[in-house]
Amino acid sequence: MALLDIEGVTRRFGSFAAVDNVTLAVQAGEFFTLLGPSGCGKTTLLRMIAGFDLPDGGRILLNGEDLAGQPPESRPVRTVFQNYALFPHMTVEGNVAFPLQMARVSAGERPARIAAALEDVRLIGFERRYPHELSGGQKQRVAIARALVTHPTMLLLDEPLAALDAKLREELQIELINLQKEVGIAFVYVTHDQTEALALSHRIAVMNQGRVEQLDEPSKIYGFPRTKFVADFIGQCNLFSGPVTANDAGSVTLDVAGIGPVRVATAAPVAVGSPGTIALRPEKIRIAAGAPLDSPDNHYSGTVADLLYMGDVTVYRVQTSGGSRIEALLANSQSGRAKFFEVGDAVEMSWHVDAGHFIAE
Amino acid sequence: MAKRSVRMAKWVVSGPPLVYLLVFFAIPALIMVLASFRSPGEFGGLAPLVDEAGKLDINLDSYVRFVTETVYLQVFIKSAWYAALTTLICLLLAYPLATLIAKSPRKYRDLLLLLVILPFWSNFLIRVYAWMIILGPNAALARLVNGALAWFGVEPVPLLFSAFAVLVCLVYVHLPFMVLPLYANLEKHDQALLDAAQDLGANGWQRFWRITFPLSLPGVYAGAALVFIPALGIFAIPDILGGPNDTLIGNLIKQQFLETRDWPFGSVLSIVLTVAALALAGIAAWVGRRGGGATARA
Repeated sequence: MALLDIEGVTRRFGSFAAVDNVTLAVQAGEFFTLLGPSGCGKTTLLRMIAGFDLPDGGRILLNGEDLAGQPPESRPVRTVFQNYALFPHMTVEGNVAFPLQMARVSAGERPARIAAALEDVRLIGFERRYPHELSGGQKQRVAIARALVTHPTMLLLDEPLAALDAKLREELQIELINLQKEVGIAFVYVTHDQTEALALSHRIAVMNQGRVEQLDEPSKIYGFPRTKFVADFIGQCNLFSGPVTANDAGSVTLDVAGIGPVRVATAAPVAVGSPGTIALRPEKIRIAAGAPLDSPDNHYSGTVADLLYMGDVTVYRVQTSGGSRIEALLANSQSGRAKFFEVGDAVEMSWHVDAGHFIAE
Repeated sequence: MAKRSVRMAKWVVSGPPLVYLLVFFAIPALIMVLASFRSPGEFGGLAPLVDEAGKLDINLDSYVRFVTETVYLQVFIKSAWYAALTTLICLLLAYPLATLIAKSPRKYRDLLLLLVILPFWSNFLIRVYAWMIILGPNAALARLVNGALAWFGVEPVPLLFSAFAVLVCLVYVHLPFMVLPLYANLEKHDQALLDAAQDLGANGWQRFWRITFPLSLPGVYAGAALVFIPALGIFAIPDILGGPNDTLIGNLIKQQFLETRDWPFGSVLSIVLTVAALALAGIAAWVGRRGGGATARA
């Protein structure tokens, strides 16, 4: 039995299904992420777990017990809200003490519990501060300490880092990973930021239009996207679509408009003539000027149409002779080197048969 | 140059109201303070500043009278009690009303606020006289109450010309002054805080007393000041609706100036009223800053 079971949960607003027949399970001690674009239903699902919204169909079970009749205040889960929702008229200590008071923890026991929670989030010494005297990162730490102080069964986090700047976000991501490991409480984390999801999670459920498109470990989500949506949403991806023209031992060939035949390794049984898509990450493409590359599998030529210097890498968009665009990426590992090619340069591209990932339609 | 023109603009903008307050508030207040140290004239007004014997007319007689004749202090305490009771009843009535308006759909809020201030569109005295009719001995309300009392074998009571009538009208007149600041405060409350409190285990009652009410205190203080201070000095309502025992400090001041024509003593009563109101406002502001400092900034 899983810690949290979501069984066929649906939530409709009028005729629109915000959450559409979602089934998933979260294990004890797991860092589980609901990832998707805004409006995909991830926050609605989280609010239903917390009890602020009720499903129109299906069940939500915590430790095998249906939560349907329980209001938010009696569910043993805690939420960390996007905008912290700290009580402005209470000090840090007052905020963290609040759930203990609600749970009728004796006044004698409270100080030690508060100190332990504040130590978990490295905020010792801030007890007497008011929320308006804290930075964004500190506020979020208080919100987490406040949610953890009663040792809930599960912590729900609704885009907790969205309001912070990039540098601080990265720092807090590392802290969150360590904190989750330390306290051992299952985290259900909602985000629209795919890099955050990949960095933090044990498992990710990628949601789109109220449904779970794929539920897997981060490396599987990235490396083996099951649908075009997942391939496109997670990181940058070239998507080559076309009919299957050949199927021999462990690989298929697609006839892609504007590029030509593209071969990709797959174990899936695919009928010749059926449509398919190849997802190919830009960093898997080898790109060089002039001489053909040694890879025998897929080999094309084109000209650089435009390029995007990102600092650590440069993204090249190459126009093939057939008129298609392929995105390739080169690491600028040599210092002082911004780019290898200029716009208009003729380049050769190649990739291995197992570099791409085949998605059947 | 720019700095000087900014300073000029400041004076141009704030000059007229400053002059207005100086001429029509500060100077009269000063005259009143000076009058309080003088003797009443033989036929009202003030006695000559220098009498026939060449003696300067400056004394503390009126202040001594206020302190020694306890009846005035009693009226003062009674006024404070009426005003406090009015404030409390207004708060109890206005809080749910302001909450209701703040929580209603945005498109209805303006209409509901309009209904709250609608009574201001008719004359104050007409509204007070209307209560004479509503509470009159032959009106339905009095008949209903006395009918019910008779059923229990209790003697009939007059509703009009009583402390009850004064209080009912005081509350009626001042209620909007409590509703508006409370609404302005409650309307800004963040639902996320209540969600967070509920998520952390607080039931409805706890959410109100631990989150909503403390965060609304600036609105409560503002409303209390707007009700208490005018209620403390009012004279028309006890004049029209009150009985012989419902003379308040406002009536007393009016009597001193218009009937007894003892200006110095009237001035003393006015000064005591002003000082008391200022002191209470000061205490409210101090309590508000201490208790609601973080709230105000939220």
